[in-house]
Amino acid sequence: MNNLIVYCETENGVVADVSLELLTKGRVLADKLGCKLEALVLASGTDGVEKQIFPYGVDTVYMADDKRLEPYTSLPHAAILTGLFKEIKPQICLMGATTIGRDLGPRVSSALHSGLTADCTSLEIGEHNDARTGKSYENLLYQIRPAFGGNIVATIVNPDCRPQMATVREGVMKREIKDAGYKGEIIKIDIDKYLSDTDFVVKVIDRQIAKSKINIKGAPIIVAGGYGVGSKENFKLLFDLAGVLGAEVGASRAAVDAGYTEHERQIGQTGVTVRPKLYIACGISGQIQHIAGMQESSMIISINTDPDAPINSIADYVITGSVEEVIPKLIKYYKKNSK
Amino acid sequence: MALKIVVLAKQVPDTRNVGKDAMKEDGTVNRAALPAIFNPEDLNALEQALQIKEQNPGSTITVLTMGPTRAADILRESLFRGADNGVLLTDRAFAGSDTLATSYALACAIRKIGDYDIIVCGRQAIDGDTAQVGPQVAEKLGIPQVTYTEKILSIEGKKISVLRRLEHGTETVETSLPLLVTVNGSADQCRPCNAKLVQRYKYAKTPTEKGNTADQSLYESRPYLNLMEWSAAFVDADLSQTGLAGSPTKVKNVESVVFQAKESKRLSDADNEIDELMKELITNHTIG
Repeated sequence: MNNLIVYCETENGVVADVSLELLTKGRVLADKLGCKLEALVLASGTDGVEKQIFPYGVDTVYMADDKRLEPYTSLPHAAILTGLFKEIKPQICLMGATTIGRDLGPRVSSALHSGLTADCTSLEIGEHNDARTGKSYENLLYQIRPAFGGNIVATIVNPDCRPQMATVREGVMKREIKDAGYKGEIIKIDIDKYLSDTDFVVKVIDRQIAKSKINIKGAPIIVAGGYGVGSKENFKLLFDLAGVLGAEVGASRAAVDAGYTEHERQIGQTGVTVRPKLYIACGISGQIQHIAGMQESSMIISINTDPDAPINSIADYVITGSVEEVIPKLIKYYKKNSK
Repeated sequence: MALKIVVLAKQVPDTRNVGKDAMKEDGTVNRAALPAIFNPEDLNALEQALQIKEQNPGSTITVLTMGPTRAADILRESLFRGADNGVLLTDRAFAGSDTLATSYALACAIRKIGDYDIIVCGRQAIDGDTAQVGPQVAEKLGIPQVTYTEKILSIEGKKISVLRRLEHGTETVETSLPLLVTVNGSADQCRPCNAKLVQRYKYAKTPTEKGNTADQSLYESRPYLNLMEWSAAFVDADLSQTGLAGSPTKVKNVESVVFQAKESKRLSDADNEIDELMKELITNHTIG
C-alpha cells in the first residue's frame, strides 16, 4: 500500500526506454520514502517482460496479458489504472510523457481527482507548508517542470490528492540497472472486473509505425539548426556537415515550427534531451527551452550572425558568421585536416 | 447529417517569441510584454471543425473559451474564420484553476451547450504545454477521446474515422460519436479570416464589453452579434471543484531559469580561424 508505481509501456514485449528511466528514478524516490517500487504492464504477450523490469530494483510487477490491451487505446487502460489504483492506493504514479502517457495520465487523474504534472524535468522528495491553510506536509513529490515556454521553472506539489502523478519525457532521466539479480514479485491482475464493453468503442484499424532511423539521443555529435538557418534549403547544409562528421541532425522548436525539418529531430524541453560530446548549434538563438535540452553537451560550438545570441554564453566556441558561409568552411577544413 | 460541434479554445500569451523584456527583474513573467494570441493548436482544431461543417451541411460550430473579458477576442476571431457562435466562460471563481479544475468548468459549460456530437480542441496550449485539458474534459463528460489527431478522415452517421500522428508513425482509429478530439499543430492550418465575416461580426460583443454605452438597438436587431457570457452559477458549477479550491496541484514556487555561463572562445568566419578550430578538434579527438 502507498507505494510508487511506474506505468510501463511495452511494444511487442519490449519495455520502452522511458519506462526504464522512470524505474531508475522511481527506485531512488522509493528509497527516500521507504516504500516499494512497483511497475504495471498492460500488454499482449508479456512472457518474460518482468526480466527486463526487476533489475531496476522493482519489488512488484502488476501484469495483465490480454490481446485487447495492445495496441494501446485510452479507455481500457484508463479503466484498469483507475480501478487498480483505488485498490492498491499508490502514493505516486509515474508515466512517460509519450503519446500514450500524455493520453492516459490526464484521463486517470480526472477519474481519481488527483493532480498530474506533465513533462517534469526533475522529481524530488521534500516538505511543503501551505501558506493559505497553515498545514504542513512531509515527503511530498516535488514535480519540477518548465512553464511559460521554458522561461520559468515551477515546482508543483499535490498536497492532499493521491496518487501524485507526473509524466517525464524520454531521455530526461538517466537509466541505470540497480542489481541484475534483483528479485521481485509478479501479481497477475484480473482486468475484467475493471472493464466494460463500452471501453472498447475505439478501434485501431491501421497502424503505420516505422522504427525511426533518427537517433538523436544516442548520437555522439549533433549538428542542430534553429530558425536562423533561414530555410529548408539551408538546412541541407547541416545534413552535409553531419554526413562528413558522422553526426545526427537536430533542431530547435522554432526550426521545427517553421517546417525546416521534422519534429522527431526537436531538441529541448518539448523534444528530446541530449548529452553528446559535441553539439554544433547553427543559427540557434538559445531560448531557454532549447538550452535545457542540450546544456549537458561536453562541448558546444555556436554559429550565429548575432554575437550576443543567448546560446553563446554557454558555448565553448562562438563563431560569428552566417550558417551558409561557415558550414562549407567547416566541411572544407575538416576534410583538409583529417587526411 | 447536421452535427453540433463544440471547439475549445484558449487565449494565451505568445511564449514562442519571448524577447529579453519578457522577464522582470524579480524573475517573474512580464505578461504585458507578451501579446495575447489564439492558442495555435486550437486554430488547427477550428479548421478541423470547419471542414466537418463543410462536409455536413447544417452543422454548427460553437467556440467555448474560459478566461477574462479580453478572451472574447478569440471568439470574434473564430467568427471571422467561420464559427457560428461563441461562449465566454468567465468568473472570479475560476481564477487559479489547474488543468483539472479547468476541465471541470469546461465540462459544466459543455453540458449547458448540450446535445453535442463532437468536441474538438488543440492538443495543448503554448503557455503550459500540458495536453491535459482535452482528455480530462472527455473523462468528465464520460465520452471517448482521440488525441494527437492529424485529420478527421470521415464522419458517416455516428461513425467517425480519425488519423492520429504518433512518435514513429500514424494510426487510424474508428469510433462513434459523441467524441472528443485533440488536434496536433501538424494538422491543416486554419483558413484565414473571411472579409465578409469580419464585416458581419466585427461588432460582436459580450454583455460586459457592451456595457451601458453601446448601441443596444444594434444588438436587438442583429442577435448574431451577441457573444454569450456564462458564469460559474449559470453552468451549475460546484464551487468546491473550481479555481484554487478545485485544483489538486499547487505551485510551490517559481524560479526564473539561469544557466551557468562559460568562458567562450570567440572566432570569426575567416578561413584561417576555422582551419585552426578544425585542427584543434581533430587533435583532441572531439571529431574524426
